[in-house]
Amino acid sequence: MRISVQNEFFDFSKEVENFSSKLDNVGALVTFTGIVRGQKSKTLDYMLIEHYPGMTETQIKLIVEETFKRWRICDALVIHRYGKLEPGEPIMMVATAARHRKEAFEAAEYLMDYLKSRAPFWKKEILNGEGNWVDAASVDEAALSRW
Amino acid sequence: MIDLIYFSWIRERIGKPSESIETRAATVIELIEELKKKDIRYSEVFSDLGSFRVAINQELANFDASIIEAKEIAFFPPMTGG
Repeated sequence: MRISVQNEFFDFSKEVENFSSKLDNVGALVTFTGIVRGQKSKTLDYMLIEHYPGMTETQIKLIVEETFKRWRICDALVIHRYGKLEPGEPIMMVATAARHRKEAFEAAEYLMDYLKSRAPFWKKEILNGEGNWVDAASVDEAALSRW
Repeated sequence: MIDLIYFSWIRERIGKPSESIETRAATVIELIEELKKKDIRYSEVFSDLGSFRVAINQELANFDASIIEAKEIAFFPPMTGG
């Protein structure tokens, strides 16, 4: 298991390569990457992500541990960035590895659903010098009930 | 002394990221009522209990939770990670 809360850019392909190189006897690897949506100067200048240092790491660890309890996965990776992010940059990624794809897919979805609504991050979108805090979507909260 | 920490629009509207306070409140909701009496910024920010969440010592908590053991209480809007 690896969890990283970081300001730095990450290279998606290198992270996947690194994650997969440590796996053994695995039949499925699922990854998801969240990207800052928007067109520079048209719909978004940049995004600011604030987080709660300390609680962020603890919450993500609890979510990942719960994922391990619910599915037979071999390994999991979570990277989540904070700070100033430009359109097109990666915000976060998850990777899950399992013997079979069903476990890997479901574990990745579960991780995503919980990271969205239970990891203490807050996004602000800035356009033409004006900032707007992104509202939590009720569909994201509702998504938790299916688990 | 308890450290109060604010995030996102709550931090912006209160005008500071954190503060240390003395309180006689026993629960989160009592603390909120106390803060609301202090200044109009607090009464505005905390007017709608549905619009924000609370964590005690970095763990999500309910509004009726005890704060007797609290060292750090954070107020923030619903999270938008991922």
